[in-house]
Amino acid sequence: MNHLLVVLVVFSPLVGFLINGILGKKLPEKLSGALGTLAVLISFVSSILLWNHVSIHGGFETVLFNWLAIDTLVLDFGFRVDALSIWMMLIISGIGTLIHLYSIGYMHGDKGFSRFFAYLNLFVFSMFLLVMGNNLVVLFFGWEGVGLCSYLLIGFWYHNVAYGHAARKAFIMNRIGDLGLLLGIFLIFKVFGTLHLATIAELASANLVQPQIINWITFLLFIGAMGKSAQIPLFTWLPDAMAGPTPVSALIHAATMVTAGIYLVVRNANLYQIATLTTQIILIIGLATSILAALIGLYQNDIKKVLAYSTVSQLGLMFVALGVGAYSTAMFHLTTHAFFKALLFLGAGSVIHAMGGEQNISFMGGLKNKIKTTHITFLIGTLAIIGFPLFSGFFSKDEILEKVFEYSPIAWGFTLFSAALTAIYMLRLYFVVFLGNFRGSETQKANLHESPISMTLPLMILALLSLFGGVLNLPHFLPENMSQFLSHWIASIPSMQFMAPSSHEHHLSQTIIFGLMGLAIVLVLVLLFLVYRFYASRQFNILPNQSRFSKLGENKFFVDEIYNHLFVKQIESRSEFLYKVFEKKAVKPFIMLFPRIFGQLGKVFQRVQDGNVENYLLYFVLGIISFILLILL
Amino acid sequence: MDLIGYENYFWLSTALFSIGILGILIRRNMIILLMCIEIMLNAANLMFIAFAYKWGNMDGHIFVFFSMLVAAAEAAVGLALMVLIYRKFKTVDISYLDKLKF
Amino acid sequence: MEIQNIIFIILSALTLMCALGVVFSKNPIHSGLLLVLTMFSISGHYLLLHAQFVAIVNIIVYAGAVMVLLLFVLMLLNLNKDNEPQKSIMVKIIGTLSAGGIMISLVAVSKIFLVQKSMQGRPIAEDFGYVKSLGALLFTDYILPFELASILFLAAIVGAVFLGTRSVENK
Repeated sequence: MNHLLVVLVVFSPLVGFLINGILGKKLPEKLSGALGTLAVLISFVSSILLWNHVSIHGGFETVLFNWLAIDTLVLDFGFRVDALSIWMMLIISGIGTLIHLYSIGYMHGDKGFSRFFAYLNLFVFSMFLLVMGNNLVVLFFGWEGVGLCSYLLIGFWYHNVAYGHAARKAFIMNRIGDLGLLLGIFLIFKVFGTLHLATIAELASANLVQPQIINWITFLLFIGAMGKSAQIPLFTWLPDAMAGPTPVSALIHAATMVTAGIYLVVRNANLYQIATLTTQIILIIGLATSILAALIGLYQNDIKKVLAYSTVSQLGLMFVALGVGAYSTAMFHLTTHAFFKALLFLGAGSVIHAMGGEQNISFMGGLKNKIKTTHITFLIGTLAIIGFPLFSGFFSKDEILEKVFEYSPIAWGFTLFSAALTAIYMLRLYFVVFLGNFRGSETQKANLHESPISMTLPLMILALLSLFGGVLNLPHFLPENMSQFLSHWIASIPSMQFMAPSSHEHHLSQTIIFGLMGLAIVLVLVLLFLVYRFYASRQFNILPNQSRFSKLGENKFFVDEIYNHLFVKQIESRSEFLYKVFEKKAVKPFIMLFPRIFGQLGKVFQRVQDGNVENYLLYFVLGIISFILLILL
Repeated sequence: MDLIGYENYFWLSTALFSIGILGILIRRNMIILLMCIEIMLNAANLMFIAFAYKWGNMDGHIFVFFSMLVAAAEAAVGLALMVLIYRKFKTVDISYLDKLKF
Repeated sequence: MEIQNIIFIILSALTLMCALGVVFSKNPIHSGLLLVLTMFSISGHYLLLHAQFVAIVNIIVYAGAVMVLLLFVLMLLNLNKDNEPQKSIMVKIIGTLSAGGIMISLVAVSKIFLVQKSMQGRPIAEDFGYVKSLGALLFTDYILPFELASILFLAAIVGAVFLGTRSVENK
């Protein structure tokens, strides 16, 4: 039964992909969209049933078939369904279903409608492999699969050359990370002799391996996570990835795929527990990414770009949580982030839809009354992400801040700064888009309309989740049986018991905890007031900013240019040298030597083939004689 | 002494085969070449029959049967080609057929 | 000396003489007729070897059909003159040497592979070479090749007809 459910979860999106991918063009749009959505819905329902099983009986593994067996390397195509993976499965399939539903409305009339759903389904399938694989190879398979789907979907409108380049950029940047992941997997196999995740966790807990090697392993895995989860230095692809359709940005580049790096670290938490050096690196990189991305986000005028940098920043926050060893907190923020960021992206999609494709916020404004549902849900998403009290983001962000404070007050200061920046750029986005006067063209104004129900329904559901998502992991000072649900849940995995809230001592006194929380609340409220004042004084318009720093921010701190100069140009010049000198002067003459030799030989032996049948017959007979003699001798 | 043994037939068959080869190598008329091929085929057939007799096994007869069948088909197609060649080149002398070369 | 041995010697001599005649005859028509004689003498050998059915088939197929076809073509193309240009003496010598080489190699093969082994034959059965037993074999063990042979013939017929007619169109 469980086996069947697991198969259903994983393979129903694959079937959806195959049907849409093969028959796509012949299917009517409605049927195509319904099939794609249904496939993911089946996964969602099966996941809920599996959740039920896991909550009663605990996690289990199921092997589909024996993949390959070479010497000591035995690989099963097996799945692991435990508290952690079922959590991810529910997020993927749940949000996936909503976004599929949304896409039916959003992609309406697009030429590649069925292709879009085929890719989305393939993505969901790969994502399931990633989170459910019971060994690192299946995980890697899914990891590459989501990378491929990301590439395909970013470049979905491939007629636009810039979009194609964005897709390539994402793909290549991810390859760099993947190389790290691959090396990490090799090293794990070398050290532990297995790729089975549960076994690795066991062996890691036994403390048999030198911490030095564990540091290397975890660092290499983290490079993979860096690429996928867009951390410094591999973060520049994510903002460009906004070239894809908005549902893609919501599903892949906000809610699910980019969190794969977080999942990878949490899944191997037993290794990261030991690797003190790597966790410090993670903390620093997470913080730096979080702040840098937030600073860039402050100065962007493209609605999707702002959200993209916001995603990078929030992912940085999750890594901060991982860096201080608060794995379940990272998972909690991952979850709430999936809710409110998907909501924000879908809301942005709805805005873009209403504006007839316009993405620049300086041409928006005053949309509050024109598209009411979108406005309210977007407001909820904004409040959630800035950590407005009692919204889901408030709880998760607060938990991160508390854990970081416990680890190091300095890091806490930076994290708080990043959180404040988040509040500023998100409020700016909200005010400029929804308040003030409409600044777009007359035709846009006339065409402003609320999106169809298939688009607003997911918005409303996600808004509810963003509102109440916080209950998943209420602060620990509340009574035991209603707080810290997620932490307890993940700690139910035997190898991850150390994550249980009760197991580790709280160093902080109640006063400090409440003080921190109060500080965060006050900060948010003050910022809300200040930002409102600031933009209200300008009729909620963006004024061109002349300060040097803002120029820097608008140009994304020239990170792309620096990379271009440091890597691309260097490689190009070397390649050109190799092409012009090495290939043309050395390789080509050498290779051309062979055709010449054989050409000359051919001219000599050509005479044998004189076209005279008599001679051929003679050669033939002589051949037979020599053949017989060869046998005899 | 019984002369009708496989050994005598082996000599006979070998001689026939060599005569066929000789004909192929020294004659230029294509139809004669076809005839020589028939002689060689028959040499092989004779060998089959002799060994079938030797081993008391009739499979050899079957082989001969099929080889004749193939020879008949070959003769039919071969002669058709020959007629075609004659119409084209006005000769069946293989020395003149040297166009098929690089 | 037994009568069979005498027949064998006569037949063998006839076979070889006729075969040589085929090769060395100047007139293609004579070659064809001598080939018919060769076939007849080989059929005689088949009879000596208790292969009655094959002997008959040999005469019908070769002497009857194939040779008639050959002679027919010879007449049709008006080649019944001994105007065939001779090859140079050099080529003839090389050809003869090669043919001799083949013969020597084959004899050597027989000396090594055939004679060395003790070749104790098996007595032949009562119905050896009968049409009935041959038919039984043909329609049981060899039914597939037998059926395939019909396809081969069909292909040969189609090919021959095709080649024959197209050349007319070309003219």
